[in-house]
Amino acid sequence: MGKWTRRGFITAGVVGGTALVIGVGIRPGNRNSKLEQYVTSDGEHLVNAWVKIDAQNQVTVIVPHSEMGQGAQTALTQMLADELDVDWEMVSFIEAPAEDAYANGPVGKGFVLGDTKIPKALVGTVDGLFQTVANSMHLQITGGSASVRATGVYGMRVAGAAAKEMLLAAAAKQWGVPVASLTAKSGMISDGSRNEPYATFVVAAGELQPPYTPKLKTADEFTIMGKSKPRLDIPSKVDGTAMFGIDAKVDGMVYATIAAAPVFGATVKSVDDSKARAVKGVVDVVKLDDAVAVVANSYWTAKKALAELDIEWQNVSQDVVDSKGIFEQFQNDIESAVANGDVKADINAGDSDAAFASATRVVERQYKVPYLAHACMEPMNALALVDEGSCEIWTGSQNPLGFKHQIAEAIGFEADNVKVNNFFMGGGFGRRSRPDAAIQAAKISMQIGMPVKLIWSREEDTQHDFYRPAVLSKFRAALDEAGNPVAWENHYVDKHEPAEAPLIPYAINNQSIGSVDSPTHIPFGAWRSVDHSQHGFFTESFMDELAIEAGADPYQFRMDRLKAHPRHQKVLALAAEKANWSTPLGKGQGRGIALQESFGSLVAEVVEVTVTKGEVSVDKVTVVVDAGFAVSPDGVKAQMESGVLYGLTAALHGEVSIENGRVVQANFDTYPMVRMDTAPQIDTHIINSMESWGGAGEPGTPGIAPALTNAIYAATGTRIRDLPVSQYDLDVDFVESDSV
Amino acid sequence: MEITVNGKVHTIEAESDTPLLWVVREQLGLTGTKFGCGIAQCGACMMHVNGKPMKTCVLPVGAVAGAEITTIEGIGGQDELHPVQQAWIDAQVPQCGYCQSGQIMSAVALLATNDDPSDDDINRAMSGNVCRCGMYGRIRTAIKRVAENQVAIYDPKANDTQSSNAGEMKNG
Repeated sequence: MGKWTRRGFITAGVVGGTALVIGVGIRPGNRNSKLEQYVTSDGEHLVNAWVKIDAQNQVTVIVPHSEMGQGAQTALTQMLADELDVDWEMVSFIEAPAEDAYANGPVGKGFVLGDTKIPKALVGTVDGLFQTVANSMHLQITGGSASVRATGVYGMRVAGAAAKEMLLAAAAKQWGVPVASLTAKSGMISDGSRNEPYATFVVAAGELQPPYTPKLKTADEFTIMGKSKPRLDIPSKVDGTAMFGIDAKVDGMVYATIAAAPVFGATVKSVDDSKARAVKGVVDVVKLDDAVAVVANSYWTAKKALAELDIEWQNVSQDVVDSKGIFEQFQNDIESAVANGDVKADINAGDSDAAFASATRVVERQYKVPYLAHACMEPMNALALVDEGSCEIWTGSQNPLGFKHQIAEAIGFEADNVKVNNFFMGGGFGRRSRPDAAIQAAKISMQIGMPVKLIWSREEDTQHDFYRPAVLSKFRAALDEAGNPVAWENHYVDKHEPAEAPLIPYAINNQSIGSVDSPTHIPFGAWRSVDHSQHGFFTESFMDELAIEAGADPYQFRMDRLKAHPRHQKVLALAAEKANWSTPLGKGQGRGIALQESFGSLVAEVVEVTVTKGEVSVDKVTVVVDAGFAVSPDGVKAQMESGVLYGLTAALHGEVSIENGRVVQANFDTYPMVRMDTAPQIDTHIINSMESWGGAGEPGTPGIAPALTNAIYAATGTRIRDLPVSQYDLDVDFVESDSV
Repeated sequence: MEITVNGKVHTIEAESDTPLLWVVREQLGLTGTKFGCGIAQCGACMMHVNGKPMKTCVLPVGAVAGAEITTIEGIGGQDELHPVQQAWIDAQVPQCGYCQSGQIMSAVALLATNDDPSDDDINRAMSGNVCRCGMYGRIRTAIKRVAENQVAIYDPKANDTQSSNAGEMKNG
C-alpha cells in the first residue's frame, strides 16, 4: 500500500480535512479537469469533492459508492445534507464516476490509516476486500459495510459541514458582519434582517481556504440524519426504468455468452466450433485462454450455439479434487499444524495448556461449512466496446475504479483509455467487486471489433463464482468442576478478513485461537460478512454447546460472560426480551440465540423454529442491532431483514460442492433459495448507543445460522455441526443429547 | 411475426423457439423484465399473457402470437402508477430491485383475481419469485395494503426521478 501521510493529503488539497486523500486537488481554485464536466452550467460551482450547489440553490451530492440495494446512496446524501443544513427536497445525488479523483479517500483514511475511532481490529477488513486491487489509489469500493461508517462519517458529514462554514464565511465577508452573527438553515443564510440563499455566496466561498476541521453537529442538532427518508432509487425500481448493467445498450451491439473451463485453473485445449458457427445468427466464436464465447445477434442464439461447441479442456491436477478430499485435507493440515507449531495465532491469552491440564472435563467439537456462491439475481454481465485503443465498459460494479484499472491491465491498455460506466447492481454481496466478466467482454470485443454484451447463464454464474470458502473449525474447551469454561481453543482453516472474526467477547481467561493455511484451487471471494459468515456459526454454536454442558440457559450463560461489555449485554438482553425468551414453547418448537459483533455493529438474533416430521419451519426472527447511530432507521431495518434472509438461505440450503474439480450445483433447482412460503417474520429493534457508527449491510448475516441451529437443538436435541441444515434427517423425536 | 405487447402490435424477427423474454428485451427495448435463471425457477422474467402470470424465459415467442402480453412497463397508466407499484414504494420494498418487476407482476395478477388474499394465497402466488435481498416480509405487507385500499394516491411529481424526495414514508 502506498504511504499516505497527513501532510500528503493536506498538500493534495483536502477539503474539510478528510474528503480527499487521493492527491488530486479539487478544492475551488484548484479544480481537477476531470471534475469540470460535473459542473455543467455557468451558474454552478463545485464547492468541494462531494457537493455541488447551483445557481438555483439546488444541491447535488456526489456519492462515491455504488448502489446494490443497500440504500447507501440515500443515507450518504442524508449525512451531507444534514451537515450542510439544506432541506431534503433541495438535494439530489449523482454517483461518482470511475475516476481517480473520486477514489474512496475517507474509506482509506478510516481504515487503511487505522483512524483511532475505528477499532484497530477492523483495519484489516479493507485490506481483505481490496486484495485484488493492486494499487491503493484505485479504491472506489462498496463493501465492508463501509459506506456510512467510513465515507459518511469521515467524508460526507465533514464535507457538508465544511461547505456550510465556507458559505457562512463568504457571507460574513460580503456583508461585513461577524460569522457568529449569521445562521444557516434550509439553504439560506440570515443575519436577522437579510436572508439570502447559499447560491449567492457560492463563488465567494470558492475563493476561501477550506477549513480543515469543520464543526460537526451533535445528535440533538440532526434534522435529516436519524429519519427514515424514502430511498431515492426505489421509484425507478417499481416501474421497470431502473437501469442495471444487463440493460445497457449501444448501437450495433451484439450478444455473447460464454463457457469457462469447468475446473478452475484449466485452459482450452481445442475447440470444434463448426456446428456452432452453422447456427443462423451466429457472428463469431471467440477463444480465450480459459473460456470460449459465442457471439450472435441475440442472447438466445448465442446460448443455443454455445451448446453446439465441442470444447476439450486441458487436464489439470485439480481434476480429481472433491469436497470430501478437501475436508480431509483441512483435517490433516490442522492436525499437522498443531503438531508442528504452525498455527498462526489470532490470540493467545492466559495459559491454555495449564488450563487444559487441570480441567475437570474437556469438551471437543468440530464444525464445517461448505463453499457458497453469491447467486446475485442478475447474472454476471458486461457490455464492452474496444475500438482504436480505447475501451468503454457498461456494467454494475462494487468497485468501478478498480475495474477500470484491472480491465486496463488485463487488455494491455493505459487506464486513461478505459472508461467504466456504472449501473445499478442486481445484487452484489461481494461478487461484483470482481471484474472477471467485464474483462472477458473487453477481450471478446477486442477480437471482433464490435460492441458486445456478454451475459452469463445462471449455470455459468453459479459455477464460476468467487466462493465463500469451505471451512473446518475445531474447538476444545476446558471446564472446571462447576462446568464453567476456563479455556477456549479454536483452530480453523482459511483465514481472510476481518481479522477479528473468530474472536469472542466472552470472559474466558485462557484463549488460544489461530488459523492454519490449507489452500485449495477454489477461488475465494468476499461473501456478505466475509469470515464472520462462518465464524459466527462456529463460535456461537460452540458457546451454545458449552451452555448445555454447564446445564445453563444459553442466554444467561452468555450474559454472565459479558460483564465487561455492557453494550453487548444490552443488545443481547433486548433481543431476549423482545423474543419472549423465557416463555415456554410447544413440543417440536425451540428458540436459539446468537450474538455477533461485525463491521462496527452489534447484532443479536433469536430464532424460533417448529420442527414437524423433519421439516424445519423458521417461524420468527427477532433482531436487535446497535450500529452506534442509525442514519436511516428503516434502511438499517431493511438491511437486517436482508442480511438475515441471505444467511438463512445459506444455513438451510446453501452448499456448493466440488466433484472432479468442478462445481456441482448449477441453477436455483440445485442451489435452492428461501422463498415467500418459507420466509420468517422478522422483527427488528434498533439501539442508538451513539458509540462509533457501524455498518449495516453485513452485520445481520453472521448470527442467523447459529441462532437457527441453536433453535433446532432446543426443538429436537439434534445439534447441527455441518451446514447446510437440509442434509440432516431431523425426523427424530426425543433425542436427549448428543456427542461428537 | 407479430406480437401484442402493452396494447401495441409489434413486428418482430425471431426463431419461433426464442423465449418471449429475449424478444421483448432485445427487439422491443423493454428492459424492465429481467433474466434470472433461464429455467423458470426465479420469476424475474414474469409477464402477463392474457392476464395470466407467465415465466417468459421459457415461453417460446411462437406460442404467444395473438395473445395480449403485458410487461412491467404496461401495468400503470400514462402518468400514474398501479396501486401495487405505489404500495411497493410506500413499504420501501425494493433493495437491489432486480427481481421486483417480476414480483410486482405476480402480485398484480394475484390481486386481479383475489381482492383479499390470505397469507396462504400470497405464499402460493408469490413463491415462484426469488428475492435474493430477502424482502418477502415487505412484499407481503405491500400486497395486504393494496387489498385493504391503504395505498396513497400517487403524486408523479414527488416520485418520478431519482433526484427528488418521495415524501414521508408510510412505514417508518
